[in-house]
Amino acid sequence: MEQIFWWTIFPYICGTILIVGTFYRFIFRGKSWYAPSTEIFEKKWLRMGSVIFHYGIIFAFIGHVMGVLIPIRFYEAIGVNEHLYHFGAIAGGGLAGLMVVFGLVVMLIRKFSFPRVRVHTTLADYFTIVLLLIIAAMGTYMTLIYSTTVVAYEYRLTIGPWFRSLFTFQPLSELMIGIPTLFKVHVILSFFLFASIPFTQLVHMFSFPARYPTRAPQQYRSRDGYDKS
Amino acid sequence: MKIKAQVAMVMHLDKCIGCHTCSVTCKNVWTNRPGMEYVWYNNVETRPGPGYPKEWENTDRYKGGWVMRNGRLHLRAGGPISKLANIFYNPNMAELDDFYEPWTYDFKHLHESPKKENLPVARPVSMITGKYIDKPEWGPNWDDDLAGGSAVVPMDPNVQKIQEHIAMEYEKTFMMYLPRICEHCLNPSCVASCPTGALYKRDEDGIVLVDQDACRGWRFCQNGCPYHKVYYNWNTHKAEKCNFCYPRTEAGLPTICSETCVGRIRYIGVVLYDADRVKEAASVEDPKELYEAQLSVFLDPFDPEVIEKAEEQGINHSWIQSAQESPIYKMAMKWKIALPLHPEYRTLPMVWYVPPLSPIMNHITNEQELSADGYIPAVDQMRIPMEYLASLLAADDTAVIRRVLLKMAAMRVHMREKTVGGGDKLKVSKLLEEAGTTPEELEEMARLLAVAKYNERFVIPTGRREMDDGLHYKQGSCSIEDLAPPEGMTTYPYERNESQ
Repeated sequence: MEQIFWWTIFPYICGTILIVGTFYRFIFRGKSWYAPSTEIFEKKWLRMGSVIFHYGIIFAFIGHVMGVLIPIRFYEAIGVNEHLYHFGAIAGGGLAGLMVVFGLVVMLIRKFSFPRVRVHTTLADYFTIVLLLIIAAMGTYMTLIYSTTVVAYEYRLTIGPWFRSLFTFQPLSELMIGIPTLFKVHVILSFFLFASIPFTQLVHMFSFPARYPTRAPQQYRSRDGYDKS
Repeated sequence: MKIKAQVAMVMHLDKCIGCHTCSVTCKNVWTNRPGMEYVWYNNVETRPGPGYPKEWENTDRYKGGWVMRNGRLHLRAGGPISKLANIFYNPNMAELDDFYEPWTYDFKHLHESPKKENLPVARPVSMITGKYIDKPEWGPNWDDDLAGGSAVVPMDPNVQKIQEHIAMEYEKTFMMYLPRICEHCLNPSCVASCPTGALYKRDEDGIVLVDQDACRGWRFCQNGCPYHKVYYNWNTHKAEKCNFCYPRTEAGLPTICSETCVGRIRYIGVVLYDADRVKEAASVEDPKELYEAQLSVFLDPFDPEVIEKAEEQGINHSWIQSAQESPIYKMAMKWKIALPLHPEYRTLPMVWYVPPLSPIMNHITNEQELSADGYIPAVDQMRIPMEYLASLLAADDTAVIRRVLLKMAAMRVHMREKTVGGGDKLKVSKLLEEAGTTPEELEEMARLLAVAKYNERFVIPTGRREMDDGLHYKQGSCSIEDLAPPEGMTTYPYERNESQ
């Protein structure tokens, strides 16, 4: 029962909240959709924290795609053996994790120590940073220390297939039974974070302006319903 | 030829008395709410001085506007790729202290203070943090009328360029007022800087606006505008800027800053331009040729071919008629006495300035007998250095400023001769020739500059809202209703402290 809740019901609840909430906010609360910058209040710490965190989390995202979304058969097919994969995962993932943790710590300290920033930090901001920090710290610990000292756990055989199975609506929750507790908590907290996205300022990640380089520099727009004649 | 209409403004600096009425009425209408209290869509700067925000003309720091690199036009702060790489931190953005930290006063203390030997005082309280500010160090118009003197004036980037000419002794110093709003440029760099495409130029009237639903708060527009006229609302986390009071201009009314201008220095009208030629005009290699290049994109509203094409492209008759009666067309394009602010930024700004005349430095003996020709060297000896005006209005080309000042001086000489008499014979003077003008033109100029009434100064066609749906519903509604009260906070930190 517990297994079904955490690895079948809970992920779908979180996913539903994420999708429905995000669309609701985008459509009905458009003016609350932004990258919540406090750069106008403080620049130096932001440069250190924000840049390192954001690049770190992009690397970490790519790493998770490589480890969880891409099947192990793919690596076998292109000739990447387990040893080589884990070396890359520990080095790349470890660096990304350290960047994320460092950036988050800097941003958290910044939020506390500059009165102008602190006043304009909401509960949702603290919630997001602290939750991200916990998840990232666990991930970094698992990558750098747990996998080198305890066991190099092969999540590509359990968590990976389970995660992919969620998208085909035939969740293989039995795969998640035996995995180390550390991984279990990391996954559960991550889904909790996904569910929180529509309610926090994390929505700005869906707005990365990727089309900017291809659009015309100057934009002309007609007023709605303007009748020139 | 792609003809577009643009509403534009001329400010006649000779008439500006620096009263800040424009700023105050603008503030009361548009920026009087949380997140925007440090923002002035319209501000009046005393020049020389650092301006608002401090050193906004320092393009090395804020990297606003366009530059020519290898014969092509580029954003000075970097193109789309480098912007996306810098999207997590904008290295060139101004901080709050470059504007000022807005504050109010602890007025409540005056009411609640117990009886004491000394009078209670209302201490300044920051509107950002709600904490007391012991000593405000900068504020709106902190440097008004050269306050701060030699400590503040050298912060002016134009002064730094012509250091040797600026004397700070009281007898020798100079000052002028520079009211500034958004320039509603033909080639706006804020629009090009916006990663989301939330900033746009309105097709019908050329007003540059921010789509509040689309803006994601990436903040590149803030310093991408070389005039620093796009602001970050720290409460709604979006950009906001001067909107040329479009709800007023659509109704045929002048902007609130123009309406309330005490000196009646502002003129509003429509000009027609060829949108296909804008990029070419902004890409002239030599900055000193930018002024003439900008003038070349405007179209003669009396030209039958232009009228025909404009009507074909959907510009209606009332707009064409307004373009023909436009005071802007007369001052900026026909008489060429109104100049664009900092043409070297290559944005083709659409707020034009008539440079101010100033007292002549050398004592002129027996002014009654002064011949018209005597004004020719006098123009070169005015209190405001020609280099300074040229740095503001003509990309350092003093010849442009000299021609305008000569024309203005010629107008004064001619009108004095005409109304008071007893002067010399201007018609035979070299002044007319040097200024490149005729008595008829000078009289027309004097009419518009000095005595023109409301409907001559503001020739604004309506935005044809009468076709809109739900007009009755919209009556009395507020165009910033969604933003004030905003998504963010509605009470200030200092108000929260009070209720505790």
